Amino acid sequence: MKEKPPVVWESGIEIDAVYGPKEVERSGGSDGIGRPGEYPYTRGIHPGMYRTRPWTMRQYSGFGTAAETHERFLYLIKHGQTGLNVAFDLPTQCGLDSDDPMAEGEVGRVGMAVDTLSDMEEAFADIDLNAITVSLTINGAAAPIMAMYFAMARKRGYDIATLRGTAQNDILKEFIGRGTWIFPVEDSIRLVGDTIEFCAHEVPKYSAVSVCGYHIRESGANAAQEMAYGLAIAKAYIDHTLARGLDIDDFARGLSFNFDIFGNLWEQVAKFRAGRRLWAKILREQYGAKNPKSMQLRMIAGGGGKGLTVQQPLNNIVRGAYYALASALSGTQTMALCSYDEAYTIPSEEAARISLRTMQILMDEIGLCDTVDPLAGSYFVESTTNAMEEKIVEIMDDLDAQGGIVQGVSSGIVQAEVNRQAYLQEQRVQAGEIPKIGVNRFVEEEEEREVEFHPYSEQEAVKQIARLDAVRARRDGPQVETLLAEVRAAASEKRNVMPAILDAVEAYATVGEVCGVLKEVYGTYREPVRF
Amino acid sequence: MTSTGPNPIRVLIAKPGLDGHDVGAKLVCRALMDAGMEVLYTGLRQSPEDIARVARDEDVDVVGLSILSGAHLPLTRKVKQALHAEQVDDALLIVGGNVPKGDCERLQEAGADLALPTGTTMDEVVEAVRREVKR
Repeated sequence: MKEKPPVVWESGIEIDAVYGPKEVERSGGSDGIGRPGEYPYTRGIHPGMYRTRPWTMRQYSGFGTAAETHERFLYLIKHGQTGLNVAFDLPTQCGLDSDDPMAEGEVGRVGMAVDTLSDMEEAFADIDLNAITVSLTINGAAAPIMAMYFAMARKRGYDIATLRGTAQNDILKEFIGRGTWIFPVEDSIRLVGDTIEFCAHEVPKYSAVSVCGYHIRESGANAAQEMAYGLAIAKAYIDHTLARGLDIDDFARGLSFNFDIFGNLWEQVAKFRAGRRLWAKILREQYGAKNPKSMQLRMIAGGGGKGLTVQQPLNNIVRGAYYALASALSGTQTMALCSYDEAYTIPSEEAARISLRTMQILMDEIGLCDTVDPLAGSYFVESTTNAMEEKIVEIMDDLDAQGGIVQGVSSGIVQAEVNRQAYLQEQRVQAGEIPKIGVNRFVEEEEEREVEFHPYSEQEAVKQIARLDAVRARRDGPQVETLLAEVRAAASEKRNVMPAILDAVEAYATVGEVCGVLKEVYGTYREPVRF
Repeated sequence: MTSTGPNPIRVLIAKPGLDGHDVGAKLVCRALMDAGMEVLYTGLRQSPEDIARVARDEDVDVVGLSILSGAHLPLTRKVKQALHAEQVDDALLIVGGNVPKGDCERLQEAGADLALPTGTTMDEVVEAVRREVKR
């Protein structure tokens, strides 16, 4: 009989044909999994999980001007979405105003254009910020955008001391993948530290950072690397913030996570259970955290774009459902799915609604909320959770031995490693070694199909620039200048810049102006290109 | 930069505009290098003028733009103009990224010699460059 090839996961973990008690013991046993809601949280961070706290559904959305985005927000809320995940256009993400020459052709294209507080006010008008939690997908320009969100909430009468929500604000992963960096690495980390410190004191319920393994895996990392790099990045922010004299329990609960799902279902489950347990151990054992909230890995885990295909796009609906299933089986707090048309355009209303319905079907129809962590105790799941934890630790140790994540990102070796993996994967997909239905198996000659593309009109940019001009004309110019000078002073004296930025944006300073004065002090990042 | 054999094809892979998705651009760089070409990569967020200047200074045979933000038409137009201003009229301008098939013709009108739509494999990219560079 011909020997079948071994089954090996993307992360390099070899899978046995059958698992039993012996395999669990050999992998490290299952005594350490604990109960749900108890250290080390292998089984989830809440005792009742979805019985008491169903996951939040939060599709990524935003395009055009604030007015258009506001309409899509209302549409999603009307259809049962319970949180908002805001997409900003590239000029906003890169800290440029809509009338900057580099912004031409990009205003409002891949997300909502935000220049001033006035755009933020319009986008969230009449939306109850206590009932709908908002996640801001902003990184390089996180400081002014977070400040605008807080300023908007304050103007509407909310007490920011009780305001909830999340900013992505994970700059280290932007250097690895996604690319919306602005300032050099060290200054960028200091800026993240400023937001963490500011939130710890002024906006304590707010998650100042959502550390993203997601984009690192989208850029080529495997599942174990995704978790390892993500945890390493979170540790870098912790180390920086501790050096400011804060106590770990003052701010660690404000760090949340964003992870990717595609590929092997069981590998994702093991990744999440292992990552959650490892994070708890790191916080308690390495950082001496005492507050359980500091040790709990809270996450948004959603269907990743990399799993989707432009070929036979309706298959992406099916893929999305399985990714959502993996997420629910892994104890996520928040879920978002890339929509079926997202391989080639900004999701249509219909595609966004199908993603939302997918999550609702999982929640209401098929029993995923019946009991907590239904996979616990499975010989296979517990063994692979142990194996995955070992793998993640190995990668983190390796990274430390090479000088750590910050140095690795600065020199570009982390990017080169992720890129190398991406190339290997792509070669394996093209050779058919990694099966992809519609791409290297069951390929169909596809008719040139009619697809609905998200319309983009230069008119939106013209409107946005006119809006910006109007705000500039109406605001108190000299006061804005004074407040921007204060931002510049805070940055050059290495004081926390957030209070000054909040004052400046409250007076309608623009994203580009705030980032502009920070660039004067910090300079801009220069990308190390290495293969 | 790698080179094999005499007189290899020289390619500049560039990321114009603000789009930060560089996985595809870097994959193409590697595939072209593996195929024996000399490859330069600009890094992210290059202005059309920067790209044209590098193309001129490095005397490349091909300028490959990778654009995933949807802004491929205006950016291609601007890079073409910038190349012309630098008198780089003999280099082939190839555009790839998140490019719908339906836009390929419009990209050629905008100044691209060749547009490679979403779903183009790395082998097809290499083959297209070899075919189009006449030397």
